[in-house]
Amino acid sequence: MNEQSEQQAAARDAASWAKSVSHLNVSEVPEGALNLNVEGRRLASPIQGFGKMWQKTYQVRLPSERVSASEVIVTWKQRFPDFWPDGNRFYAPLTGIEPGEVALLNMTLPGRMKLSTGVMVLYADEESFTLMTPQGHMFAGWITFSATELDGETVAQAQVLMRASDPIYEVGLALGGHRQEDRFWEHTLTGLAAAFEQEVEVDTQVVCVDRKRQWSKWRNVWHSAAIRSTLHTLGAPGRIARNWLRQS
Amino acid sequence: MPDAATTFEVREHSEQIRVIGIKGDITAGSEDVLMDAYARASGDGVRAIVLSFTELDYMNSGGIGLLVTLLVRAQRQRQRVLAFGLSDHYRQIFELTRLDEAVGIHDSEEEALAAAR
Repeated sequence: MNEQSEQQAAARDAASWAKSVSHLNVSEVPEGALNLNVEGRRLASPIQGFGKMWQKTYQVRLPSERVSASEVIVTWKQRFPDFWPDGNRFYAPLTGIEPGEVALLNMTLPGRMKLSTGVMVLYADEESFTLMTPQGHMFAGWITFSATELDGETVAQAQVLMRASDPIYEVGLALGGHRQEDRFWEHTLTGLAAAFEQEVEVDTQVVCVDRKRQWSKWRNVWHSAAIRSTLHTLGAPGRIARNWLRQS
Repeated sequence: MPDAATTFEVREHSEQIRVIGIKGDITAGSEDVLMDAYARASGDGVRAIVLSFTELDYMNSGGIGLLVTLLVRAQRQRQRVLAFGLSDHYRQIFELTRLDEAVGIHDSEEEALAAAR
């Protein structure tokens, strides 16, 4: 590689990664979204999580003569929220899926519990993009969406590397959370394939990378977005009453 | 997909310390070669794995995921993981992903080996 192409490669690489930030900042809160558990939070990798470490891979195979890998990624980035299951909302950043952008999420957990959280776009290029979670999210880690062409097929993949953030989420994962998450990403990939008029089965592979729980991280529970979202919901009548009294 | 451009050279510094020299790209496709290098480096009595990034060309988020997996495997064996030779850009990526909280980052091989002893 000559010096010029090395510099070009370095510039492309730098442009694909988010800039280093110590705490997350939400530039704009879309209508309906709640910035309760994102602003000022730090990102959390699997190293900072509590529970067992999992690698979950969800794949669909599409005919590459009909759909190229780059088309898959362009469509996935542009229509990312459209593929989410009902009851869950991804508030895409105005600039789209770009490195460093923060998106707010409203999720429905088992037991119909509502949770407001978010993600940051850690990495994005023409072949893949990665979303990383903040403290308090139900899992600490990231999910990478990618597409590759292999033996006449375009393989679209979502791969999660995560630990449950705290002991409560760890229990929740064991009591149906894992199954719900599998269904979530299987629904997403089925929707993505349908966008290309393809009806395909999702191949799911789950690997427990580390069976050990990191008990030193149990204090992550103080950041729990689930607890804070629930308290926020329970406090809604009080807030409405206070506003009403202030106005009258 | 295996990344043919990537090689991982394992060097024995001492009975307790092994150095893995990374040359080329680290992406999700590097999994087999990286884990093979770790298996070769990780013998009985090895207490520290030192990663050399001086010849790293490119790393994407799949590559960072592989490093987390390697770290977990090393921790299971009660081994420390250290690194040197990271460019400023990749140092920032280690900070951003908070990998620097588990991997000791050093400016030079000498410093990393001294810290590994």
